[in-house]
Amino acid sequence: MPAIEILGLEKTYKVGFWIKRPKRALLPLHLTVEDGEVFGFLGPNGAGKTTTLKLLMGLVFPSAGSARILGKPWTDPEVKAQIGFLPEQPYFYDHLTAHELLNYYAQLSGVPAKDRSHRVTSTLQRVGLKDIQGVQLRKFSKGMLQRVGIAQAILHDPKLVFFDEPMSGLDPMGRREVRDLMEQLKHEGKTVFFSTHILSDAEALCDRVAIINKGELRGIGAVADLTSSVQGKVEVIWQGTQVPASMKALGAECHVIGDTVRAVMGESQQDAAIDALRRERLRLIALTPVRTSLEAYFVEKLQHAETTVGTNA
Amino acid sequence: MNRRTTSIVAACCLVVFLGASVAVLHHSDQVRPHSSLDETLYISSPKLLKRASLGYNGLLADIYWTRAVQYFGGRFHDRSASYTLLAPLLEITTQLDPQLTVAYEFGASFLAPAPPDGAGEPERAVQLMEFGIQNNPDNWKLYYDLGFVYYLNLKDYKKAVDAFARGSQVPNAHPFMRLMAAQMAEHAADFNTARMLWSATYENSQDKEIRANALEHLRALRVDEDVTHLQEAVTRFGNRTGRLPSSLSELAAAEGLQGIPVDPEGYPYKLTPQGRIEVRVPEDFPFANKGLPPGYKPTPKFHTQNQ
Amino acid sequence: MNARILHIASNTFREAVRDRVLYNLIAFALLLSGAAILVGQISIEIEKLVVINLGLTAVSLFGIVIAIFIGIGLVSKEIEKRTLYTVLSRPVRRWEFIIGKFFGLAGTLVVNTFFMAIGVFAALFYVSHKFVRADALILVALYFIILEFMIICSLGLLFSSFSTPLLSAVFAFSLFVIGSFAEDLRGFAGMAHGFTRWLATGAAYLVPNFSALNIVSSVAHGQPVATQLILHNTLYAFFYAAMAVSGAVLIFENRNLK
Repeated sequence: MPAIEILGLEKTYKVGFWIKRPKRALLPLHLTVEDGEVFGFLGPNGAGKTTTLKLLMGLVFPSAGSARILGKPWTDPEVKAQIGFLPEQPYFYDHLTAHELLNYYAQLSGVPAKDRSHRVTSTLQRVGLKDIQGVQLRKFSKGMLQRVGIAQAILHDPKLVFFDEPMSGLDPMGRREVRDLMEQLKHEGKTVFFSTHILSDAEALCDRVAIINKGELRGIGAVADLTSSVQGKVEVIWQGTQVPASMKALGAECHVIGDTVRAVMGESQQDAAIDALRRERLRLIALTPVRTSLEAYFVEKLQHAETTVGTNA
Repeated sequence: MNRRTTSIVAACCLVVFLGASVAVLHHSDQVRPHSSLDETLYISSPKLLKRASLGYNGLLADIYWTRAVQYFGGRFHDRSASYTLLAPLLEITTQLDPQLTVAYEFGASFLAPAPPDGAGEPERAVQLMEFGIQNNPDNWKLYYDLGFVYYLNLKDYKKAVDAFARGSQVPNAHPFMRLMAAQMAEHAADFNTARMLWSATYENSQDKEIRANALEHLRALRVDEDVTHLQEAVTRFGNRTGRLPSSLSELAAAEGLQGIPVDPEGYPYKLTPQGRIEVRVPEDFPFANKGLPPGYKPTPKFHTQNQ
Repeated sequence: MNARILHIASNTFREAVRDRVLYNLIAFALLLSGAAILVGQISIEIEKLVVINLGLTAVSLFGIVIAIFIGIGLVSKEIEKRTLYTVLSRPVRRWEFIIGKFFGLAGTLVVNTFFMAIGVFAALFYVSHKFVRADALILVALYFIILEFMIICSLGLLFSSFSTPLLSAVFAFSLFVIGSFAEDLRGFAGMAHGFTRWLATGAAYLVPNFSALNIVSSVAHGQPVATQLILHNTLYAFFYAAMAVSGAVLIFENRNLK
């Protein structure tokens, strides 16, 4: 059973004061996320990622379409006991402590009273906030709030977790920790659906990704597939700052970085490049094939403006 | 429960509870109207109120004016005999907004007369008028109201003349003011003087109650006048013939009148065996002083004509 | 279902109580009760009168301020700052949220009133050195003040279900002021004609009737309170608050939370 089935969810807002103009935040979306997947929902700011998440959470009502979460209609309140949600830049009750806040959420999620205390403490430990659990939330930094947000999303051991920009506001250490946590969740067999505009994170974590722009699905597929196509380029790095004329003749892009030069060229010129270096007595440091990055795929999909219609893998 | 069900239930609750709250309010209004009016006069110092109103004097004055009218009207309807709160209410109103002229008019008409027609406080009414004059020296009507109170309720003709004379000095005063001053100086107790006064009131006021009141007084004047003249005719008849007229028609014929005299309501006057002239239905003329049967006690009046 | 409402209510209560503004307001109200003692010393006979008048007025006014600002802050702010998202992503129904908020706020205000009332009674005891039977009337006045709070809370909730925190506060406060003159509005409606009359009557019955709930002065003078008034006011407050809360549920249930 798929964890999430989005069946044509659509949202059009009416903006303007006197004359209401329709603004299409989300065109009819069809998407399926399988059980146990880590699914990345990519797109630039304002693409419709948050709108999709809000629709799924029932915070916003769709203009058309429906969805199923864990096999049940998305409006079913009981389904919510098995999902967790981390909103973008979350904000919490200023005057509660982290412990009280999580306890409150545990109560609302239906965690039995006897388990609550233990769950709360262990979750706080997991996100690294155990030592400050008695401090009021208004004193927390942005990064700490983000961790609280993650904590409340996984507190009740949900099967499916939704994260909206989970890395936002975190320093590199924090981001590393969140990535590790998401890997852990995956190993626990949970399904993770997260939106981000940071492609390297998606590349590292996701099984599949979807790309959305201006409310429309532009591409979808497994990360491995999307980046496996070798672009047919190689990267050659050698010692020194010299760029031999023969290299330039090959049509390579050369950059001097410190005391090395980095050149990118077609795969077919690989041998000729090595010969050129030997002739000039330049020391080869590295020779690596260049893979298509997710970034390139992303950019390409985004540039397919008018002609694209959402395609499913 | 899905969203639609919840919405429908909520909407129904909204309507039901709204109805219930309105019903409770309506019921409590019927049972105890103006229950909070006594409450409001615990702060009866106009100066304190003025400060408390934070500069919104005018609005507060309007509110107190509304209360004064409600208070008086409600009491009349209930046939009440005391209007102790009317003076403070009007005083507060005018302190808060000295230019609210209708309040002074109201005071002249209803503060001065004795209960149940009014609060029976003519001196306070005079004070109110003087305060009004002080604050609105260009308003000749206030002098009129003052003279009115002196003439009608205090029967102090000298002061009444004085008030009318002062009033006639005001630029743009109605020429009637000078006439009134003169008339009153010569013929204070005449019917014509009173008639002029009440006619002026009737014509110059915008207020429904005041006009109705004036009309009643004019009708009563007519009755008083008719009865006086008819009674004089009876006496003349008696002097001439040595006996009382047997009927009103005989009297009318002797006086050379066309038909039997009728009262403003259209009923002929009565001639009692004792030779008194009376009106047929005393209740029709709340303010009449003559033509009433002996021992007749007037019931609280006024609005009967309008009901 | 009921458990969730209870949890939301107690959380609302906790959040409100921790808000320092609350403490400042209570302290100020207590200070006012103390000041009443000083003011009353101008004339011995009216000492008690001033203490009761000033004390109860302070309880009422400060309570209204608390009800409006904290109450509205708790709901509108939650909607604005998205604390609500993490709550509604759980098996909480929207209507449970509204009702839980209402009870939490109401509870906060009752507790508030309790503490402020202690201040008033303490000041009274200081001034009179004993309690007389008529002082029980103060409890009735306090009960009516609590009913006022219920109505204001419900209105605050209604407005914050669709409006910003600032506007909700303005609307609620305006209705409080107008409601204090509700009886005059009905009187005015009685005197008006035609369309104005129809409009004024409608407004007069829709506006919360605070004039009947304010018996501070009469209690200060030791006037007894009619049982019928107590019954009327209780029913009215209950119906009115229920109406406003129903409205809040209706609006909130259908609102897109952007």
